[in-house]
Formats: sequence, C-alpha cells, structure tokens
Amino acid sequence: MDFTLGEDRQALVDVLSRSLRERYSIARRRAAAKETPGHDRETWGQLAEIGAIGALFDEARGGFGGSPFDVVAVFETLGNALVGEPVLATLMAGSVLPTNVLEAVIAGETIPTIALYEPQSRYDWTDVQTRATTDGDGWRLNGAKAVVSFGEAADLLVVSARTEDGTFGLFVVPAKTEGVEIRGYATNDGQRAADIRLIDVAAPGDARIGGEQEAARAVALGTLAVCAESVGIMTWLKDTTLEYLRTRVQFGAPIGRNQALQHRMAEVLIEIEQSRSAVINAAAAFDGDTLARDTALAAAKYSIGTNATRVAEESIQLHGGIGMTAELELSHYAKRAIMIDHDLGDADHHLSRYIALTAAA
Amino acid sequence: MDLAYTPEEEAFRAEVRTFLAEELPARLSDKVRGGRNLSKADIQEWQSILSRKGWLAPHWPAEYGGAGWSVTQKFIYEQESALAHTPPVIPFGLNMLAPVLIKYGSEEQKAHWLPRMLRGDDWWCQGYSEPGAGSDLASVRTVAVRDGDHYIVNGQKTWTTMGQHANMIFCLVRTDNSGSRQQGISFLLVDMTAPGVEVRPIITLDGDHEVNEIFFTDVRVPAENLLGEEGRGWTYAKYLLTYERTSMAGLGQSRAALGWLKQIAQKEKANGVPLARDPLFAARLARVEIALANLQTTTMRVVAAAAAGGAPGAESSMLKIRGTEIRQEISSLTRRAIGPYAQPFLPEALEDGHNEEPVGPDYAAPITPTYLNLRKLTIFGGSNEIQKNIITKAILDL
Repeated sequence: MDFTLGEDRQALVDVLSRSLRERYSIARRRAAAKETPGHDRETWGQLAEIGAIGALFDEARGGFGGSPFDVVAVFETLGNALVGEPVLATLMAGSVLPTNVLEAVIAGETIPTIALYEPQSRYDWTDVQTRATTDGDGWRLNGAKAVVSFGEAADLLVVSARTEDGTFGLFVVPAKTEGVEIRGYATNDGQRAADIRLIDVAAPGDARIGGEQEAARAVALGTLAVCAESVGIMTWLKDTTLEYLRTRVQFGAPIGRNQALQHRMAEVLIEIEQSRSAVINAAAAFDGDTLARDTALAAAKYSIGTNATRVAEESIQLHGGIGMTAELELSHYAKRAIMIDHDLGDADHHLSRYIALTAAA
Repeated sequence: MDLAYTPEEEAFRAEVRTFLAEELPARLSDKVRGGRNLSKADIQEWQSILSRKGWLAPHWPAEYGGAGWSVTQKFIYEQESALAHTPPVIPFGLNMLAPVLIKYGSEEQKAHWLPRMLRGDDWWCQGYSEPGAGSDLASVRTVAVRDGDHYIVNGQKTWTTMGQHANMIFCLVRTDNSGSRQQGISFLLVDMTAPGVEVRPIITLDGDHEVNEIFFTDVRVPAENLLGEEGRGWTYAKYLLTYERTSMAGLGQSRAALGWLKQIAQKEKANGVPLARDPLFAARLARVEIALANLQTTTMRVVAAAAAGGAPGAESSMLKIRGTEIRQEISSLTRRAIGPYAQPFLPEALEDGHNEEPVGPDYAAPITPTYLNLRKLTIFGGSNEIQKNIITKAILDL
C-alpha cells in the first residue's frame, strides 16, 4: 500500500498551487464570469505553460501524465484555488479528440468543450435526440444541447448525436460553424455555461470521432475530476472555517471553544476524509474492468454529492451571518461545492446507478 | 498511489486464509456468523488454537512470544479473521494490558504475566469505569491504601465486560487525593479470587449477561502487583486506550455483517420481490456499503501511515466514530430486513443445544438482540462525543 503522490506529481502540484496562489484570485474569477468568453485568458495561458493541461494526457497523445492519479492531483489543486477555467471541459473533450488536434489544446491555443446532455436528458447522457444524418460524404447535425460548460469559450464542440440507424456518435464541430447557436449565461457557481442549438450544421465525414465507449470514458474521467476538485474545495472550506472558529470572538471567547460547533467540525473532517478515500478508490479502479470502474465512480460521486453539500452548508452555518455574504470568499467555494452535485449526475442519480451496477455484478 | 498489497503481504494473506480454512472449527464460525452466544469454553478453544500457532498475541515483540507482525500484517489478519467469522480474542489481557506491561512493567511482572496470557492461564478484565464516571476516567474513586507490603482496596467498578469469567482485573485506583484529578491514580493488578471481591451481573437491554459490577471490600493486593510507579496510573491508562481504539472501527466485523445482511436481503421479500431489489431498502443498503468502502480506504491510509512510522493518534478516533456508526447501521438494517420477525424474543434459541423449530426464518432470533447489543459501540471505549473532543483538540486544534 502506498498513499503518497509520488515525486513528479507532487512537484507539479507544488508549482501549480504556488502559481495559483500568486496570480489567481476570486476577483479575477468573478470578473471573467461576467461576460464572454467567461474565463481568464491569461490564467489559461499560465495553466498550459505550467503543464496543468499536459498532465491530463499521456505521452502517446502529446501530454506527460494522463493517469487517473494525475487527473486527481491536478483537479484537487484547482479546486483548492477555486479556479474557474474550462479545464474539466478540456479534459473530457480532449479525451476523444484526435491527437493532432490535441496538440493545440495542450499548448493552450485551442479550447474544446463537450456537449453530451440535452434539455430532456437530465443526467442520462445516453438519452440523445440530436440527429446526425448523412449528407453526401459528410454529416448534418440537428438538435439541442443543455448546460454546456464554457460553451462560449470553446473553439471546438464535441457533441453527441444519433445517426439514422440509432447509433450513438461523437462529432467534433468548430464553434464558429454556421447553424451553431450558442446562448451563454452565468452559472450559480460563478462560471459560465451555454445552451446550444444545432440547426442543419454541416460537418465533414471525419467529424465523427467516437462512439458510446469513448463517451463513457470521457464521462468517467470528468466524474473522477470533479470529485477530486470537490475534495480540494472541501479542504479549503474546512481550513477557512477552522480559522474563523479560532478567531471570531463571541461572549468573550473564540466561538471554536463551543462544543456544539467543535463536534460539527469533527463531522466535517470525517466527511472530507471519507470523500478523499472515495476518490482514491475510484482512481485505483479506473483502469480496471469497466464495471469495477463505474461502480467505484458511482460510489465516489454519490459520496461527494452528499458530503460536499453538507460541508458547504456547515461552513456557511458556522460562519453565521457573514457566511451569507457574497463578499466572503467562502460563499464562492460553497456554491461550487454544491453545484458539483449537478455536474455529471447528482448523489441520487449515482446511488441508483451504484445499485444497478452492483445488482449486475 | 497503490492500494494493493505487496506480494509479501499477499502471501501472508494467503497463509492466514489457509490457516483459518484448516483450523477454524465450523461449529464456532457458524455460531459467530449467526450471532448465537459463545461460551467461555468456545472462546478458550479458539484462543488455544491460536496460541499453538503462535498467533494469539501476534503484535507483541517476538522476545515476549509475539510474532512481531507489522501494522499491515496485523490489519490483514484482523480483516481475514472477521471475514471468516472467528470468535473474538478477549482483548483485555492480550491487546490492552500487555502493551502497558511491556512498556512500563517490571521484569518480574513481564516474566510472570505475559507467558500466562499466552497459555490462557488468566482471563483478564478491565477495571476502568466506575458508577457515575462514564467516559470521565479521571473521576476514579476506588481507593487503594498502602498497608505494609499490601494495598487495601475499597470501591466499585462497573461495565466490566466478561468479568464473570475473569480471574484477574487491572484497575485504576486512587492512591492520593491531594493533587489534580489525574494525579494520584495508580494502576493495580487484582486477583479476583481474593476475599472481598464480589461480581454482580448487569443484564443489558438485549437480555444478555456480558457486563458486570465489581465490588471491592477491604481487598488485600500484594504491593508487587502495582504496575510501574504509584501515582502514574493516568499515563499508563492513556497509553492503553490508544491500543484499545486502533481496532475499534470494527471494519472486518462490518464487512462480515454486511455480507450476511445481503444474503438475508436476497431471502426476505417485500411485495413479492427480494428486499435487495426494493428501491428504498436497496438505497439504504447501497449507502452503507459505500460508506464502508470509503472507511476501508480511510483505515488503510491510517495503517499505511502507521506502517511508515507515524503513530495513529487522533485518526483512530475518526475511525472509531465512523466505524461504529456504520456497524450500527448494518445491524439496524438487518433488523428491518426480517420485518415482523424482529419482534419475537427467544433467548434460548441463542444457546447451545437448542433444536426446537425456529419462530420465523432460522436466522431471525439473534438479529434484534445483536442490534440492541451494538448500541454500546458508540458509547464504550470513550463515547463518540468524547472521540469528537479528542479530534477537536488533536487534529482541529480548537
């Protein structure tokens, strides 16, 4: 058994967190989310330069990492700094993009996103009504995609669609293509997303870059990543709330002397450590057989969805009135922690999935 | 990161499995799995099998007759034993007193008591708790007064687990009242066959006799039975408690109990389908299964840190809290699983030689008593609230 990160990974984490501490801030994040493209281009360039993007992909594809534990290390660090950049979208879309396209993504020159969900699909990405019909040597895409992460920032869209015989396919489309209508908006956690319409969008024959298996793997990667991000966020929430309990004086003593609050913090700590274990379980099972991978991921996302919400709500409560203010950094961390439950399936979704998967085993 | 065991550890696990498959009597494992009562003879039988193998006190240093196992080996052994449904080893002498003896006892004490533990000559029990004290151990009021080469002990201990079988008890006693509450406490080894020791049963809410009250009236204890120095008992007690808590998560027991629950959930039906497929029950089952998988990895993280030289301190309090909650939840779901047959109270069905027609499913009788008995988990060994206080101080620094 070995639960250490390993030297190379630790070095990346150290460089990344130092850079974010020095150059990144909530103010920057908030400013970016107010308007298109919804993220901070300078920060994006730095992330690419440090290697945070390259660490998500393996050497054969132009990166220098790509293992599940690399993904975990990067996203936990991003979560701890509450980075509002399209890294998740890049990870998921990048996992299916051809290697020659990925090169520009790793360099930070091209930003991709992935559009799997639709207005009617809720969290079931296999429920696809978007149609891909053959048109000569190419394709015509028609349909609607829901809550696409950083839809306005993306240069490339990876979209799911069913062909005439009902087969699931992933298609890559430049965002500027005629017939792509992007309606962007801010999200509750201070990032941006978009609903996208595809109206008779023309794509060449080689636009089809994957099928159901590739989509499943992209979703699995994304799930692992947001779980790790959440652990980073929860850790920040815990540290910050502890600091507050030590310094905020009421009735003549720091409120952290109050046993009722101490016990709530002890619970918070246990929930976080259990979440961290759930992420380790999922990462360890990731490259094994698909059933084991998906079961561990469902367990992790269920655990995260339940625990992060609780940690966020407890952090607000323990801060009292000030915890309700947008001025406090804490509220932004708390909102992202809660909104992660709506990324790639909430706790109930993953609990039913876990039940279905373990019944099949 | 790597959750897998090393090849050496895997080989060790295989050795443990082979030993359990060959040496654990099915009569005993059936009783443990089914939750029926183990007699003193059952427990002694298993302990002597372990003793012959050299595995009764495997965590002791080899020079005292232990196997010198690593933290990881001990963890593997505990997991495999629980999954195989072995009877418990009575921990009070072997796991709790022995480390204190080894660290603080005199050479004469070690040479006398440790071999007796390995041979099963003594059955130890723990004299920590007192009426009105609860988890507040420093409030000990049992008094020991020096009289020549003896101490005269007067007072009362309670919640003494398996004390009815014991011939020896280690006690916290007050030898001085002048300083702070923690000062003036001494650690005494008392022969329960001495005049003036009286054991009275406490019947718990499950109808079982597991704990006792012990009264001391002018009991004469030889001064050589004082462990370490007079007045330093509090230090020894705290050291002992760290050993008590490391295994209190009950991870192996929970895994075994969950396996049993899942079998029952396949047999029991609600609305014509197995309970395991009832959406609400399946959700409850899945939740506790996921919580247990997370706890297993958390435990392994603590074990790995300890194996790398770190001391598991307050982390074991986290494991105790969550582990006991999970174990209770499993016992609670098992009770719900048998529906109305959770109600019949049939203590005779838990005893040896019972061969009457069962009431309801043949596995039903022990389930509610087990559920009731396990309410103790979040209370004993320092209640879970006390564990939170420990976390607050040691980890959260509040």
